[in-house]
Amino acid sequence: MTTPVLDVRSLAFAYPDGHQALFGVDLHVHAGERVALLGPNGAGKTTLVLHLNGILSGESGDGAGSVAVSGLPVTKKNLLEIRRRVGIVFQDPDDQLFMGSVRADVGFGPANLGLKGAALERRVMDALDQVGMADFADRPPHHLSFGQRRRVAVATVLAMEPEILVLDEPSSNLDPASRRELADILRGLDVTLLMVTHDLPYALELCPRAVVLSDGRVVADGSTYDVLTDEALMRAHRLELPWGFDPRTIAVDSLPR
Amino acid sequence: MGAGHGHRLHFHGHSVVHRAPAHLKILVLLGFVLGVVATPREWYPVFGGYLALVLGVVVLARVPLRYLLPRMVIEVPFLLFAALVPFVAEGERIAVHVVGGWELSLSESGLLAAWGLVAKGTLGVLASLTLAATTEPAEVLRGLQRLRLPDLLVQIMGFMIRYLDVVTSDLARMLTAMRSRGVDPRSPRHWPALARTLGALFVRSYERGERVHLAMLSRGYDGRLPEEAR
Repeated sequence: MTTPVLDVRSLAFAYPDGHQALFGVDLHVHAGERVALLGPNGAGKTTLVLHLNGILSGESGDGAGSVAVSGLPVTKKNLLEIRRRVGIVFQDPDDQLFMGSVRADVGFGPANLGLKGAALERRVMDALDQVGMADFADRPPHHLSFGQRRRVAVATVLAMEPEILVLDEPSSNLDPASRRELADILRGLDVTLLMVTHDLPYALELCPRAVVLSDGRVVADGSTYDVLTDEALMRAHRLELPWGFDPRTIAVDSLPR
Repeated sequence: MGAGHGHRLHFHGHSVVHRAPAHLKILVLLGFVLGVVATPREWYPVFGGYLALVLGVVVLARVPLRYLLPRMVIEVPFLLFAALVPFVAEGERIAVHVVGGWELSLSESGLLAAWGLVAKGTLGVLASLTLAATTEPAEVLRGLQRLRLPDLLVQIMGFMIRYLDVVTSDLARMLTAMRSRGVDPRSPRHWPALARTLGALFVRSYERGERVHLAMLSRGYDGRLPEEAR
């Protein structure tokens, strides 16, 4: 068995105010997988995500367990390399795009990694190309539409050539066309993907595997189709399919593999 | 969404003034303002010269005065203060006849002080607006950087420009929500609600600041903005 890209072992965490968010989470993601992380509000999804690149750790609260990325443990000493390997796209693109132009924003990460000049420029334009935003390099981010900002936010992370791309609610606040365009982009990326979402049809469309987090524990880990059609499991963890949506009516060969 | 409008002070153009390097423009502005402030206010003709100079630059930049003048309202509070000075200042009083046989008793030194405030303030604001109209905010920042302004200050100003629109559209949405529930933010009766809204806006912006910082850390930020990403 190869080393998993993401190796989370019995991770527990309590915030400094005493709120226990995670109770021993185990999660392994292998190279090339696309995994949906599902769960009701307050299940601990965001807390888990912030552990993946060391923003949260036992040091910032009360925690136990370990996280490793491609074999490299998440510790203070390794933070820069960990943050290169794990690219997190946050929910609100306005939080992620903080520079004066799209180009500067996408260049921020690689420049922090020490890239310069033509190599940096190439990295930036490659990342923008992948999300179809190359023509907007010189625009200030706040002049773009919401969907465009979300795509640039994905590019800011792609520019760091991460081993795993972590997306927090990628489809939230997008109109249906932008939502579909983003799905096309994500499907085309050659990168391991972990996607936190409430949008269950989106999870089914993009991710062959789904992990359900509920009350700080992993309660299910299997094929997205099996998870979404397990009615008892869905009911027990406040997961609901949108009205009129039935995974069983979807042709099997159109599901992602 | 609230975003999408350009910066309100910049007037797009390609004149000589627009193309001049930003750090040069900042230095000229600084020198000009210092000069104006240092000029004794009794040298009336010199102020005429200053005004001609600024207007000359404005004409050269092909920025219409119609564009600049409404933006000078920012000066109004100072003008009001200046208008009060002749009434309250000490010293020799002179009588000024006004229509209807009324007489106003004004302080002579106060009048002079008011003239100084109005003249120097107006020249300073007009010159600054000319810089803002001919230089993109990002260019101003790069100019300040070239002038070796401490990096942290430039970073803070950059974030201010980036998030100004975000915060104002946050506020606009909150005010819309207030109005939708029958609260008129302008009526003094509802000022307590307005104050709470502003408090909430502060907390929101503070929390956004924390999230932005997280996003920066996630991309390897170590306290310095990388030279190349500017």
